[in-house]
Amino acid sequence: MRTRIKNGRVIDPANGIDEMTDVFITDGKVVAIAPTLDQFNADQEIDAQGLWVIPGLVDLCARLREPGLEHKATIHSETRAAAASGITTLCCPPDTSPIIDTPAVAELIQNRAEQAGYANVLPIAALTQGLKNEQLSEMAALKKAGCPAVANVGPLANTQIQRLAMEYAQTHELTVFINPVDEWLAKSGCAHEGKISTHLGLPGIPVAAETAAVARDLALIELIGVKAHFTRISTARAVRMIARAQYDGLPVTADVCAHQLHLTEMDISGYDSRCHVLPPLRTQRDKEGLREGVKLNSIQAICSDHQPHEADAKLAPFCSTQAGISALETLLPLTLRLHEENGLSVIECIRRITSGPADILGIEAGRLSNGSAADITIIDPQHYWRLNEDTILSQGKNTPFHGWEFQARVTHTLLKGKLVYTLE
Amino acid sequence: MNLQVDENGRLRHFLSINGLNREIITDILDTAESFVGVTEQSIKKVPLLRGKTIVNLFFEPSTRTRTTFELAAKRLSADVLNINVSASATTKGETLLDTLRNLEAMHTDMFVVRHIDSGAAHFIASHSQPHISVINAGDGAHAHPTQAMLDMFTIRRHKPHFHNLNVVIVGDILHSRVARSQIMALNALGAGEIRVVAPRTLIPAEIEAMGVQVHHHLRSGIKDADVIIMLRLQNERMQGALLPSEHEYFQLYGLTEERLAVAKPDAIVMHPGPINRGVEMDSQVADGSRSVILQQVSYGIAVRMAVMSMAMRSRQNDSGDGPLEN
Repeated sequence: MRTRIKNGRVIDPANGIDEMTDVFITDGKVVAIAPTLDQFNADQEIDAQGLWVIPGLVDLCARLREPGLEHKATIHSETRAAAASGITTLCCPPDTSPIIDTPAVAELIQNRAEQAGYANVLPIAALTQGLKNEQLSEMAALKKAGCPAVANVGPLANTQIQRLAMEYAQTHELTVFINPVDEWLAKSGCAHEGKISTHLGLPGIPVAAETAAVARDLALIELIGVKAHFTRISTARAVRMIARAQYDGLPVTADVCAHQLHLTEMDISGYDSRCHVLPPLRTQRDKEGLREGVKLNSIQAICSDHQPHEADAKLAPFCSTQAGISALETLLPLTLRLHEENGLSVIECIRRITSGPADILGIEAGRLSNGSAADITIIDPQHYWRLNEDTILSQGKNTPFHGWEFQARVTHTLLKGKLVYTLE
Repeated sequence: MNLQVDENGRLRHFLSINGLNREIITDILDTAESFVGVTEQSIKKVPLLRGKTIVNLFFEPSTRTRTTFELAAKRLSADVLNINVSASATTKGETLLDTLRNLEAMHTDMFVVRHIDSGAAHFIASHSQPHISVINAGDGAHAHPTQAMLDMFTIRRHKPHFHNLNVVIVGDILHSRVARSQIMALNALGAGEIRVVAPRTLIPAEIEAMGVQVHHHLRSGIKDADVIIMLRLQNERMQGALLPSEHEYFQLYGLTEERLAVAKPDAIVMHPGPINRGVEMDSQVADGSRSVILQQVSYGIAVRMAVMSMAMRSRQNDSGDGPLEN
């Protein structure tokens, strides 16, 4: 099968490409990026006149709910939504049921994704068995089963176990994903501790719940030298701490959820449960600090933190609702908004959702190099559209961005050279 | 926040002081004034809510608040249903929304709701049928607006003008829905100075943004005070490392006649009840001449009658036969 994507603006941050040219694909692989290619008889041509051709997006954190919570969503339903959102590689956090702490679960997830055929799914393995923070998981076997990294979910209170887990992960050259939360400071909070939580009477999560955890783990990273990735950071202070550590030469990276770059604590006034997320939406200053971190490349990736829910999960008083946003469909448009709102160049916006996250994982995806898998997204930069919660493809309709107008829309998504989505 | 007020600016639900202007708050106080007379008659009943069914829906235990709501409803001639939903019943599976739907199916007219979650009353008001009024009888650490209104009523009876008053709230501000509602009501009524007094562990983050001054010492806090509101200290605050002991709390924040000397000579002392004697204040103060604690309880009935009748009036006027308009 030979495919030619013609006349598009090809933007590939990893290879420094931004030009009007064609992409040639043979048997699922990129074979050339050039205006012409001799002796190439395309079976299929996609006219990308006026469109952008970019690497398929890589999302570092998306809950697909399978196995275990299929009433919320399935690998099939969510990878299909991912394809429509231009995402071709998704990382699934280990808190499925059963937890991703055995090769069997890791393989099951990848098999289901392969059967569905819409996107690559990479399971992130649990750092400890059952995520109980007691016994280390079988990291060598999990790596062999396709897990590119190991992660905690929620707080890891015991510093000694964290140290040992990091040392063991380093032994097997696995990146440790850290969701930095101090268990005791965060308690059962559901909002940023500040004037809004005080006003609404909601239990707060202070900034220090994040920075205390970052500080502790930076000390361990310095001790061990393990490659570590702080995921879903929410505070400006943590960005500065991580930037400082990077400056000092520690092997650390970071990502932020797209919604943290656009919403603040103000959005929960009125008890809007769609804005109940963890870590919580923080202040305007934090939002600006996170945007600055993205701009200065202290934050190398933007993730969706996709958490689809059934309607009932959000129908209760604020703190009793389940946290999370159905976010696959907004990852690309919210990231591209940073171009206009934050002066981030288009190529840097795209880097944060393609090669940025791919490099954190140490995988080939997120770039259009010769010989790499033809995971490609084509977008119409002039297509204005309004997000409607009822028509989003994810099984979870829980989004606070209902009614937002976005620019740029995915028109085609190719996975290994095969069209998996075409805009009607 | 416009959930509470209809298109004509009248009260539909009573969920929080936030979002209500001074006119509505004053209207509630004035209406309550007219009901004080009723509660002092030998036949303590008016037929304003005859034929209406009011449900006291309490997801958290309460004696005093529930009882005064019940009395208020009965004195308005409404039928009252008391439902105490223990926490265990809700964890057994029925969601709050299911509970609500079932009660609506019984053709009820008003829910008086107490719930452990902040925002529960807003949630119920935004998900109940349009003819139903919701009165917040306390939600989490968010609001307890009828308590605040009865406190304002009590203050106004003793100190007619709010603008030159120094009002001090002492105690567990962090967990207190009463304090939050009082602060909002005092601000709406233009109180001169509002202070909160507690150790750092019991002061919520950025409380100053609500328009209060924070004091950590009782003496500076109650200096020249006109009104001193002592909050109840829940026993469970002694766990969780918020305070070292009741003894030390009383030593530092307990109100005694001697300490009251720095307040204005005609200062009044209030407490939403029930009092822990020897923790928040000693008996001499609780039973003393400056204490208006029992008046708060009696006025509570009139204030709740006012809120209930006003919320119902906005519904009845839709059909043009509001009894209070006659």
